[in-house]
Amino acid sequence: MSVSIQFKPAETFRGDYTFRNSSAALARFPFPFFEDNYDYSMNLEPHVPSGDGIYSANFDVDEHYIGECRERALALEKDHDKHYIALPYIMQAQWDLLELIMQSYVADYPQYFSLDIQGNQWTWSNRLLDICDIFTFGDVATLPYEPLEYITRQAQGDWVIVDDRDDTLIWSAGMATERADYSVRFNVGMTWSEWHGPVPRITEMGVLDRALKFLKRMRVGHPVRRLNWTFTVNPRFETSAESLAEWAPDRTAVTAQNVGKKVFLRVEHQPLHRLPRSNAIVFPVRTYFASLEELVTVPKWGRRLHRVLRDLNPAHKDYKGFALYYDIMVAWLAQYDDGLPTTPGSGPK
Amino acid sequence: MNSHSGTIDVIVSDIESITPLIKVFTLQRSDGRPLPGFSGGSHVLVLIPSRGKIFRNPYSLMSSPFDTSSYQIGVRRAEQGRGGSIAMHDEVQVGTRLKITQPVNNFPLNKLALKHIFIAGGVGITPVIAQAKDLQVGQIPYEIHYTALSPDHGAMQHYLDAGPLVKTTLYFNSINRLINFRQILAQQPLGSHVYICGPASMIVDVIAVARELGWSESHIHWEEFTEQHSGAAFDVRLSRSNLTVNVPPELSLLEALEGSGVEVPYLCRGGACGHCETTVLELDGELIHNDIWLSEHQKSSKQKIMPCVSRANCTRLVLDL
Repeated sequence: MSVSIQFKPAETFRGDYTFRNSSAALARFPFPFFEDNYDYSMNLEPHVPSGDGIYSANFDVDEHYIGECRERALALEKDHDKHYIALPYIMQAQWDLLELIMQSYVADYPQYFSLDIQGNQWTWSNRLLDICDIFTFGDVATLPYEPLEYITRQAQGDWVIVDDRDDTLIWSAGMATERADYSVRFNVGMTWSEWHGPVPRITEMGVLDRALKFLKRMRVGHPVRRLNWTFTVNPRFETSAESLAEWAPDRTAVTAQNVGKKVFLRVEHQPLHRLPRSNAIVFPVRTYFASLEELVTVPKWGRRLHRVLRDLNPAHKDYKGFALYYDIMVAWLAQYDDGLPTTPGSGPK
Repeated sequence: MNSHSGTIDVIVSDIESITPLIKVFTLQRSDGRPLPGFSGGSHVLVLIPSRGKIFRNPYSLMSSPFDTSSYQIGVRRAEQGRGGSIAMHDEVQVGTRLKITQPVNNFPLNKLALKHIFIAGGVGITPVIAQAKDLQVGQIPYEIHYTALSPDHGAMQHYLDAGPLVKTTLYFNSINRLINFRQILAQQPLGSHVYICGPASMIVDVIAVARELGWSESHIHWEEFTEQHSGAAFDVRLSRSNLTVNVPPELSLLEALEGSGVEVPYLCRGGACGHCETTVLELDGELIHNDIWLSEHQKSSKQKIMPCVSRANCTRLVLDL
């Protein structure tokens, strides 16, 4: 991974939306389409760090880290309890996750993070956010927030903890300021099949049962990852169900003239880990944005995105919430599809 | 390519005979680093090499989840078994190097329980020892009912800690102090969960009594070790590549194919995603299907195999690769 990330401390994900990708960030964008068409599949694979892209680290840190952490703080300041919830029995998993994130960041980015452990006395330092705290591992009173909130205020992406119980997985805690149109408070306590209830077609396809069995077998130290995707108008992380009134009207503002700048492909990289002591599983949801305009600078992505969207099963555009501007996107993307074949794989070349 | 089925190299640092049949082995990482954290009820697979075979036996971790400098497992000598436990008893010594898998928990404590009841028979006490260590730092009361043939055979009791939250009762057949499942389960408060670990007959009996007494299924837990079909080596013939590949006991079919330079599409490597589905052209013997991808009908038709988790017990196997 890069040892010299050029951070963009001032960028915003609301208001004036100054978020942009550098060419380096676009080159490592996790374009989610491996072929010219798309349907659901059991797209879980071992999360083995490799290469120099977003899979180079256990949990990726990129140029948006500082801005994204500030965006989280703003969202929490406004509506803390809408974005953060943790059921009481999940405390051990909170500590598990704090340890996992700290150890991962330190191993992958020693230039930015350090951790000194003397028995139960932990000294954590985060040079990107100018934080240095000493706390007692296992003692909530020694941290300014609960462990899950403390560490995820300093981490990119949303973090959901599910308990492994009663032949299913139970949605038990979450830090979610970047969620794509769902509600933390509505989901908490739900079982695996309940929180996937609205997803079209996957029950009939058998994907849901297989994925559950696979995850229940997941072992400590053997994380798995998957990608998910949708579109968002503006690079706006906070598109929660509760704030629908703030962002949903943007969907009607998409025109043939502004679609390239205003519509962002929103890709979720989810590196799932079994947590050791609690036996819970963490679902990180790390979101990457790229505008259509940015994406079509890669000719292969422009061609493929057009084909995937044009031929998409209509159920997806309704569920993923971009039906309103779907036609405008497809028409705009058509100009970047010259009909040439695309190479296999999702990479830019 | 990373097979991601990685094991942990450990060295046996201590062996103690605790009962006439049970030895406790202490395992440390060969590189001296801490072992992975785990939760009470977890087990590891120990890869036991013996006479050209490798057994993969599951053993519950019985050491404290709060101490990852070593793991302890209790191994009961099973004279009628496949041979793994006998190799552990007779061939493994202090200083022997072994491989283990990462811990996995199929017998977790229910975090919502208001009381935990453990019923353990013989070597079935091992996961309970670690679970009790988890519970020692909490506030939820728990009972341990531990039954063995005789006080000699019940010597694993010395690993159980006393404390204000726990009530431990011992039962020994030899002195006619017999366990009574009905008595244990009839008097428990709502919100109790029962955990059973021991011989299959005991598990069946306790479950039957609990159901009779109206216990909810979601409050009855037992440890089920699934059979590990690592099994014997076998040869596979690849029709299109014109190759014969030997699959040794310690590798999956997929790993053996990859080792021979044959590329098979894969994704999850856990028998769930369907990417590595491969057509079987000829078979003299049985396929051992361990996946959750193929339907029961497909499995019995013997025309498809998922090489990431499945194997064969055969004299001839030809794949369309």
